[in-house]
Amino acid sequence: MITDMTLGELERALDAKELSSMEATEAYLRRIKVLEPEIGAYISVDEENALAQAAASDSRRAKGEKLSSLDGIPLSLKDIICTQGIATTCASRILVNYIPPYDATCWRKLKQGGGVLLGKCNMDEFAMGSSTESSAFKLTRNPFDLSKVPGGSSGGSAAAVAADLACYSLGTDTGGSVRQPAHFCGVVGLKPTYGRISRFGVIPYASSLDQVGILAKCCEDAAIVLERIAGKDPMDSTSFDTPPDAYRQACKRPVKGLKIGVPQEFLGDAIDPAIKEQLNQAVAQLKQAGATVEDVSLPHTQYALPAYYVLACSEASSNLARYDGVRYGLRAEAENVQDMFVASRSQGFGMEVKRRIMLGTYALSSGYYDAYYNKTLQVRTLIKRDYDQIFADGFHCLLTPVAPTQAFAIGANIDDPLTMYMQDVCTVPVNLAGLPALVVPVALHQGLPIGLQLIGAPFGESELFAIGSALETNRLKPNLPAVQ
Amino acid sequence: MSDNKTIISAEDVDYVAKLAHLQFTSQEAADCTAKLASILNYMQELQKIDVTDVPITTHVLPLQNVFREDETGSCLSREAALANAPEQWEGYFKVPRII
Amino acid sequence: MAYEVVMGLEVHAELATNSKIFCACPVGYGAEANLNVCPACAGMPGLLPITNKKVVELAIAAGLVTNCQISSETTFDKKNYYYPDLSNSYQITQLYAPICRDGYVDIHTSQGDKRIGIKQIHMEEDAGKLMHNDMLGISLVDYNRCSVPLVEIVSKPDFRSAEEVIAYLEKLRSLLRFAGVARARFEEGSIRCDVNLSVREKGDPHFGVRTEIKNMNSLSAIERAIAYETERHIDAIEWGEPLIQETRRWDDAKNASFAMREKENAGDYFYFPDADLAPIEISPQWIQQVRAALPEMPDRKQERYVTEWGIRAKDAALLSHSPSLARIFEQSADLCGNPKEAANWLVGEGLALAKKHGIAIDDMALDPEKLAYLIRGVEDHTLTRANGKKLFAAIFSDNVDPAAYIKEHNLDASVDQGALETLLAAIVADNPKSVADYQGGKTKALDFLFGQAMRQLKGAGEPGEIRRILEKLLRPE
Repeated sequence: MITDMTLGELERALDAKELSSMEATEAYLRRIKVLEPEIGAYISVDEENALAQAAASDSRRAKGEKLSSLDGIPLSLKDIICTQGIATTCASRILVNYIPPYDATCWRKLKQGGGVLLGKCNMDEFAMGSSTESSAFKLTRNPFDLSKVPGGSSGGSAAAVAADLACYSLGTDTGGSVRQPAHFCGVVGLKPTYGRISRFGVIPYASSLDQVGILAKCCEDAAIVLERIAGKDPMDSTSFDTPPDAYRQACKRPVKGLKIGVPQEFLGDAIDPAIKEQLNQAVAQLKQAGATVEDVSLPHTQYALPAYYVLACSEASSNLARYDGVRYGLRAEAENVQDMFVASRSQGFGMEVKRRIMLGTYALSSGYYDAYYNKTLQVRTLIKRDYDQIFADGFHCLLTPVAPTQAFAIGANIDDPLTMYMQDVCTVPVNLAGLPALVVPVALHQGLPIGLQLIGAPFGESELFAIGSALETNRLKPNLPAVQ
Repeated sequence: MSDNKTIISAEDVDYVAKLAHLQFTSQEAADCTAKLASILNYMQELQKIDVTDVPITTHVLPLQNVFREDETGSCLSREAALANAPEQWEGYFKVPRII
Repeated sequence: MAYEVVMGLEVHAELATNSKIFCACPVGYGAEANLNVCPACAGMPGLLPITNKKVVELAIAAGLVTNCQISSETTFDKKNYYYPDLSNSYQITQLYAPICRDGYVDIHTSQGDKRIGIKQIHMEEDAGKLMHNDMLGISLVDYNRCSVPLVEIVSKPDFRSAEEVIAYLEKLRSLLRFAGVARARFEEGSIRCDVNLSVREKGDPHFGVRTEIKNMNSLSAIERAIAYETERHIDAIEWGEPLIQETRRWDDAKNASFAMREKENAGDYFYFPDADLAPIEISPQWIQQVRAALPEMPDRKQERYVTEWGIRAKDAALLSHSPSLARIFEQSADLCGNPKEAANWLVGEGLALAKKHGIAIDDMALDPEKLAYLIRGVEDHTLTRANGKKLFAAIFSDNVDPAAYIKEHNLDASVDQGALETLLAAIVADNPKSVADYQGGKTKALDFLFGQAMRQLKGAGEPGEIRRILEKLLRPE
């Protein structure tokens, strides 16, 4: 079946003229038509555009003018990534009908490489959530079990890749938003080093933590996409000019001689034993492949989650202040401009977004700045030092769980924000320290996927691909009907 | 763990909502107060740690002197600049009166 | 009771760049609404600020000319508040690590010399512009000015009179303009001033209640506002009425200050570091580069005009005050080789004409080549001083070509040697008595003949030459 081919397989088939981009795109669109009503991965699907891009790609290939490995390959984007002329909503009523006059750099690079955009994926509103349930528009279901959430906030992207509704997808990861849904949906999820991929055109949640991530069917696919979109962007001051590596090659590197740490602070009582069991098996597997695996300690890990929420909410309260009904988005009727601000924001934002804005505003307000915000920036230093020390000690990467549990039931945590926040306990330290991390699916347990997280040194994505590829098994596939 | 009620009051929530330009119904406000209290209580974890003399980290990776040259680029057409505006008037963004 | 007014100033000056501080939109005065706007300065989501390097260099220059310490590391912060002219609902500014600190500016007033302390200078972006239509009950927003680069220069509370404030503002403008940091023109709003004012009994070590008068852009309005506000404070103190610490607006038409709207007065904004912008490290080498590129500053010019060129101190002060006037002066002085004459013409004629035509000194556009031509003409007597004034006025208002103008208006004072001798011989022949007197030893008789010659020549001819020829004619054969 075309739609379950990996990006690498699809590229080879297109190059060998066994298949056209048009056929591939039509196959994906047919599958979306049949399965999307159940999965709900997309906020918008643009058939016409996708087919036009596919036709253009086919004619380029016919003339021998292939633009990149991604030319003609259908993808989707989380609806937080701005697409020129195509509505970009962040799954929020406040941005309904917002049509950006610019492309995010990551999408521009894919477009210039011949990527075929199928549509924009559902997400938690403004990327605030761990289940995609805070979307203002629709529910996304886990393709492995429709009663379960796909994780979040990039839940639409993860579900789309897992259900073969896109060959790959871009998401964003502020505290685990690519990795936790990858774990829940049984796909590969990469959060690169902060600064590796330009944030230009990506609607911000928390500027010092946000990073574009990749959801793919296998490590090699994620590597191909990263090669294309990584790099310095003059439009993003925080993007780095560290040259991207040959990541596709890195997937084939042996793990023999690599040193891997298992931080004990990530294996507390809150972690599901089934997940710990998978982690132990992975350790054995890596040892067998010739890697050294040792227990390590990251003593400030327990402070990461509260620090993350203070920091992310503070930055969000400022980043989301621009939604005031003046220039774009929802405007509520009001007598005067001050009332219009309040009414537009109160009608336009959902409860979880409001809660985080409140939390951030509180942490930044004059009486609490030092106790919360400033202290958090100091704690961030301590957390970063923990990781610096580990990598200075010669470790190439760390192996941890992604989240305490497997995918949970829709509605289970919706009214308990703190429990929902706990989902991020294993992923947020990575964002605070700006590190790259790769989630690789390793097994199904009771019908639901389990992924493991590999955390690398800054700009150490290549080591992650090498080790990730070694852990990778046959792709986990949900039990969905075949679409002809 | 301290009492949820003491860490943030209904008045605090009112005040912060005003700063954030948000408005809550009384039921929403009560719910918000309770939930913020439980989250803030959890965040007291941070108060356990001594950070004396620890510098702050605003940029996690070393980064400095990123500039552009003083050259002008193209602007949006006025039509494009105003395309998403809820209301416009003769080339301006239009808003209700300011009091 | 004797009172003392204590003031500090916050001066905002638009930096003289081509593009905005965080995006590449042009900086233009008077462009039509929302034409100098891009997704970044229009506050569209996903856009990121990129710092204009020139802004940092101009801010360093502003610090150097005001004797500040330049920070080795400086960062940007977000100042969060809601207002329709603020497209991101936060302003990027500097709170925690401003670019310059601890400087001073020396001023001169009728009370003598004084040093005004500068607390800090920071970089920030401007907001857009609002227009109100009360009849339609709407407001209109133009984001052209959004993200235009500014420096805010914060003084210490060192002012004790309006005269000091005005002297400081004039000096500061002149420094910023000479350094090429800012256009600094009040009339276009490219320099604006907030005055913090309190009044206390003389000798009281504590400050009184402080009010801030915002956003003033004319020196005369500032003078009136200070007088009004001082009076208001003294009245309140004497009548025992409470003064509130608040922000006020000066209404020049009503000649009074008013408390600003509650919204603008709330002060409930908060700051935190901007994670989208990289920190800026300023090396001693970079500072040295900026310093080396600075032109001569007005104080140094004034001193040089007096000591090297012998210009009167008062004229030197006037000529060194404005960058454009100083340039005209120095260039014409170089071209004609006579700085004193150049100074006389510019101060005497130039400033008078500027005043008469209502032209700002900074707008005086006088071609130094033309002025030098004029000065040389007067010097070699091809142009009389009176005709020189006519020519000066024509150059001043119409930028005429001096040679063509002299020809067209018949101003050439030079005469043919032969014709001169014939004319003088006729005068000698017509006045035998004077000739006899002269030859009889009454040398004063020559003056009479000289006067006759000058009358007939109507200013033409070189006086020394005329005397020489007359003496020759009168010498007995």
